[in-house]
Amino acid sequence: MDINALLPTDMNGWAHLGIVGSLSGLAVLTAIGVVAFNSPIRSALSLVLNFFTLAFIYFSLGAELLGITQIVVYTGAIMVLFLFVIMLLNLSADDPSQYKRDAKPVFAGIIGLVVFGLLATAVLAPLKAINQISAPDRNEFNPIGWGSPQAVGKTLFTGYVWPFEMISLLLLVGIVGSILLARRKVTS
Amino acid sequence: MVLYLAVSMSMFFIGAAGVVVRRNPVVVFMCIELMLNAVNLTFLTFARYAPSPLIERADSTWMAGQMMVIFVMAVAAAEVAVGLGIIMAIYRVRANVDVDEMSSMSG
Repeated sequence: MDINALLPTDMNGWAHLGIVGSLSGLAVLTAIGVVAFNSPIRSALSLVLNFFTLAFIYFSLGAELLGITQIVVYTGAIMVLFLFVIMLLNLSADDPSQYKRDAKPVFAGIIGLVVFGLLATAVLAPLKAINQISAPDRNEFNPIGWGSPQAVGKTLFTGYVWPFEMISLLLLVGIVGSILLARRKVTS
Repeated sequence: MVLYLAVSMSMFFIGAAGVVVRRNPVVVFMCIELMLNAVNLTFLTFARYAPSPLIERADSTWMAGQMMVIFVMAVAAAEVAVGLGIIMAIYRVRANVDVDEMSSMSG
């Protein structure tokens, strides 16, 4: 296996690889932090960092609208909801002495690593050949590009109108369901 | 491309391990979010590097992955709203929130 085929050939490619590589390392580290931190609030803050890093990885993939959406929806809305619930429930940190009595973390780690290795050899190895970006970048022939709001919006409202409307219905059902769940029972 | 996919795969397995290991239901939900985001990153990577030629609409050919990411985000938002509502409802009934001790639904 030739590692040189994976490496970039020009200065621009090296810069891209360095930025994406450091972002990837940060993403994996914060993902480990979500699982490894004992207190839920630290896990949540680690997840916020992870989502921010993912948004920048989306930017590096050229999906500008989705990166912004990631910041707004995930770190702005969903994580605030998580932190709000953690504060409301007043969740304390897990007692670490509980973890010592069974071997679940060890089993989870071993099984995860084994499946990761199997998938990495089975899936990643054939995909090494694909190094070229196929999606159209923004240029003079294609002014709206690939991940810009214009391109995404145009596709969303032409070819994907039906799933878009279904998503709106799903969100409506979600709103009604969460209100029903959170409603305090009126006892007479 | 391999770098993006490796990051996505690591995040997915860390999230899966977290769902198995952690006991706090809120943290379990966070790990589910982590897995959903890993899948989103995979969708975007494939949409960028190896887009599907199967869609006949000419202007939609490159966009299928991004559309799927948008829908996954919407579904994740609805899921978090409902799931946290369920956790709040459970917490109102019993003060101790621990996934291993919630067995009232098992047969």
